[in-house]
Amino acid sequence: MPPEGAATLGRRLRERDRSAAPQALNLIEDRTPAGRERTRELLAEVSPAALGGEAPGHLVGLTGPPGAGKSTLLSALVAEWRSRGRTVAVLAVDPSSKRSGGSLLGDRARIAHDPADDGVLIRSTAAGTRLGGLAAPTREAAAALAAAFDMVVVETVGVGQSETDVEELCDTVAVVVQPGSGDTLQFLKAGIMEVPDVLVVTKADLGEVALRARRDLASALRSLGRRDTPVVAVSSLPPTSGIDALADAIDAHRERIDLPARRLRSRRLSALADFTVEHGESALRALGGRRAAERLLAEQDPALGVPELTALLAARAGLR
Amino acid sequence: MRTYAGHSNARESNALYRKNLEKGQTGLSIAFDLPTQTGYDPDHELARGEVGKVGVSIAHKGDMHTLLDGIPLGEMNTSMTINATAAWLLALYMTVAEENGVDRKLLQGTTQNDIIKEFLSRGTYAFPPGPSMRLIADMIAFTVDEVPKWNPINICSYHLQEAGATPVQEIAYSLSTAQAVLDAARERVDEATFPRVFGRISFFVNAGIRFIEEHAKLRAMSALWREIGRERYGVTDERHLRFRYGVQVNSLGLTESQPENNVIRIVLEALAVTLGRDARARAIQLPAWNEALGLPRPWDQQWSLRIQQILAYETDLLEYPDIFEGSKVVEALVEELIEGARREMAVVEEHGGAVEAVGYMKTQLVESHRARVQRIERGELKVVGQNVFTSTEPSPLQQGDDGGILTVDPEVEREQVEAVRRWRSERDQAAVDAALARLAEAARDESRNIMGPTLEAARAGATTGEWAAVLREVFGEYRAPTGVADAAASPDDDSLEQLRERVDRVSEALGRRIKILVGKPGLDGHSNGAEQIAVRARDAGMDVVYEGIRLTPARIATTAVQEGVHVVGLSILSGSHRELIPAVLEALRGAGADVPVVVGGIIPAADAEQLREQGVARVYTPKDFEITRIMGDIVDLVAERHGVAAGAA
Ligand code: B12
Ligand SMILES: Nc1nc2c(ncn2[C@@H]2O[C@H](COP(=O)(O)OP(=O)(O)O)[C@@H](O)[C@H]2O)c(=O)[nH]1
Ligand SMILES: [Mg+2]
Repeated sequence: MPPEGAATLGRRLRERDRSAAPQALNLIEDRTPAGRERTRELLAEVSPAALGGEAPGHLVGLTGPPGAGKSTLLSALVAEWRSRGRTVAVLAVDPSSKRSGGSLLGDRARIAHDPADDGVLIRSTAAGTRLGGLAAPTREAAAALAAAFDMVVVETVGVGQSETDVEELCDTVAVVVQPGSGDTLQFLKAGIMEVPDVLVVTKADLGEVALRARRDLASALRSLGRRDTPVVAVSSLPPTSGIDALADAIDAHRERIDLPARRLRSRRLSALADFTVEHGESALRALGGRRAAERLLAEQDPALGVPELTALLAARAGLR
Repeated sequence: MRTYAGHSNARESNALYRKNLEKGQTGLSIAFDLPTQTGYDPDHELARGEVGKVGVSIAHKGDMHTLLDGIPLGEMNTSMTINATAAWLLALYMTVAEENGVDRKLLQGTTQNDIIKEFLSRGTYAFPPGPSMRLIADMIAFTVDEVPKWNPINICSYHLQEAGATPVQEIAYSLSTAQAVLDAARERVDEATFPRVFGRISFFVNAGIRFIEEHAKLRAMSALWREIGRERYGVTDERHLRFRYGVQVNSLGLTESQPENNVIRIVLEALAVTLGRDARARAIQLPAWNEALGLPRPWDQQWSLRIQQILAYETDLLEYPDIFEGSKVVEALVEELIEGARREMAVVEEHGGAVEAVGYMKTQLVESHRARVQRIERGELKVVGQNVFTSTEPSPLQQGDDGGILTVDPEVEREQVEAVRRWRSERDQAAVDAALARLAEAARDESRNIMGPTLEAARAGATTGEWAAVLREVFGEYRAPTGVADAAASPDDDSLEQLRERVDRVSEALGRRIKILVGKPGLDGHSNGAEQIAVRARDAGMDVVYEGIRLTPARIATTAVQEGVHVVGLSILSGSHRELIPAVLEALRGAGADVPVVVGGIIPAADAEQLREQGVARVYTPKDFEITRIMGDIVDLVAERHGVAAGAA
């Protein structure tokens, strides 16, 4: 089977043909110059301009320390969303080994899914060797999948840069912590960590420790003046609990926000990140620094996609 | 002395048992097929290719009646290799006894029932750890008075060594498991009964080729067990404190290359558990010379039985008191192992005990096995006939028409599928439904013992798959940790570094990193090979998707497509490759995945040829022990399929 045209793949996604997703992702991950070029063609087909508005999918970030229970939670959430008739795409990002560049993509194993159900797509991706943070393909993949799936979830290990990146990329960010891990509480209090849109305490089946963790986080949020940030306790192992409440809280957040504004900001920050990765800090200086670049982006047409914005920055910096 | 047997259907197994009993064998040892062990009926999708393969298929009490027909259950000592579904199989056994008028108080035997080692090594688990431990505790609490001569559990360190455990790990993880079981049981029996419960715990241990160290290991376990009994549980009665164990000697070290050498290995391993009287095994099972080729035929088993008989009757082994008593060397070795095991047990304890530490222990085993495999690859660990002294005369042993192994007739599966459907249509369905509903209720209520309603369901004619499905519904499905994600990176060597460069080059040409799916179709629990392949692929720089054991062909195909892998690697050791590999190929085609497929495991040469004809690109067997080299092959294959240069070899 010859690879399909990039534009065709993009068009199929736009028409919500989910079977185009795996091939589209293969292409988006392709880092050769030819691959990048074709990716731009694909992305153009699912840009706000082509869609006539923002992509319909809800971009949800699920982040937190390793072992907190993110993948297991996703297993339950996917089932919940499916029972609500929604299609779901999961991008599970795993760290790569620094030395070999290889990775063992283990999240998928924890997310129960019926192979016959084409309403669920799970794709594991390696974070790549970039320290923390989301690799550009992950952002592009999320944007493309949001055209075809109702829910697009990005699971990442929440440390440092990746948390910020998830926040930039997603409509709704849920930080997942397990009971007894005081770190998150400390980080929140100390202002090291941004207050997420939803806080999830997993392993509610463990009883008292889980309840306590939930109380502590809620009171920390109150003292930060963020009492409306939901803190949801869930148990992801059967018999599950709290999953529907979490799904509701995630929906409610999307209702609350100015989605187009958040997406626009996301595209502009992504373009800036891509530009910097591709051309280096010196190119950023050529634009007059980060602030100036941000101002420049803010002046652009809101319907422009990330590739166009990145190209625009490059042109302004005198690169091509 | 007994041989581990059970194959195909209940009728044939019964005939075999009767023949062996006539020959003077005193006990029964029942091996079940994988569907029975994992709680699926013969007509379940996952059972395909496995029905009656590595043991007998028992789907309901009717099968159990056939299996035990004409066997005096009141006098038998029956050992069942059964774990996740142990409560059910014991219930079927009890039901047959009951319906034949045999008092349950007379029943004697053992159910293996050590679920932790199923998570860590053997793979026939069905429910999550918590509920699994509860089933075990229920069985202990039930049998201690109701079936007082039954050993409800046999803690297995055997399988840990087979998954790569060092002697220290073998001791530490099995004793930690025993503690977890006893802790759970302590909550279900009264204080006065508890020392008897402790006394009923027996062990199933491994003995490897380093037989002096292995002997010391048994002395160490024996000493530690006594210490645990006294100090942790306050047991004082000497009879209850004895370390009782049976042995199966190491099979992981038995080779496909020059398989006749295995007999010598087996003899030496048997010495480890017989030499010193103070730590002598109560029962020994020996594998056969053709272990790495396939299932042993009756003659192969007889040869192994003769090893034991020669040791027992021709040598002077049994004539002396303990010949190591007072040996400084052995004492020091024992002390060293005890110290190491105490340290490792403390780590398990820090994780919250064996149940909570399953993930940790699994990762440790994968790492130990990795170290072992790499030492063999580098020639640091010598394996005669495999990595040294490899030239050989042609072997007369493998020249028969059967290739030197036993094969199971695939007809058995079809018959069993029909039989179970007939059974379901002929029984009193209302009675079964009611019994299963009561089972579900008891499962939901932790304060109840599962054995009562399990017996009711057995009597009513429920099937193995139905019983397990009810519990899966209540307890949830579970996939054990694979241990690979957290396994530390392989130490570097030149060949690995060169391989990595090739992976990088091909990946760059492809535009993205080479991505491989390592898949285990069917019920086969042999995960060692897949784990080592997965870890090495990662260390070679590939992106690796590995979801663990027990996948349907459909799931493998879906994963291959969704993940966009460049190559699919399948591992099957249980003998079901002839059914399952074509099924996966078919599923891949159906899903539109045009990727090369490589296969590894116990694949007889004739079958390998056939698989290649069906479209498999490469077939690897245990004699291909150089994993880095296999990886290189796979890189070439991917490069070739995509028309990119793999670069200098
Ligand atoms: C270790 C072992 C076990 C361990 C498994 C631990 C684990 N987690 O893996 C334990 C003790 C649990 C076990 C249990 C059983 N076992 Co067992 N076991 C073995 C043994 C001794 C070694 C297998 C092994 O791990 N080798 C080491 C690894 C690294 O080698 P490998 O898997 O062969 O992989 C190499 C190649 O084959 C290849 N390869 C393999 N997979 C892949 C995949 C890819 C993608 C690639 C590229 C290459 C590749 O590359 C590897 C590198 O060299 C074999 C016999 C033997 N000596 O081979 C029997 C054997 C496989 N077992 C057998 C049986 C019957 C059983 C049981 C059913 C016994 C019972 N009734 O209880 C149970 C079943 C358990 C289950 N759930 O399926 C039979 C299978 C018979 C058949 N094929 O017809 C065998 C052949 C023994 C025999 N002769 O009877 N077993
Ligand atoms: N008791 C309990 N354990 C859980 C729960 N959710 C996850 N776990 C366990 O926590 C461990 C880590 O889970 P995983 O989903 O892989 O975490 P991740 O690294 O955040 O994706 C696994 O052993 C899970 O079985 C829960 O709700 N209750
Ligand atoms: Mg995860």
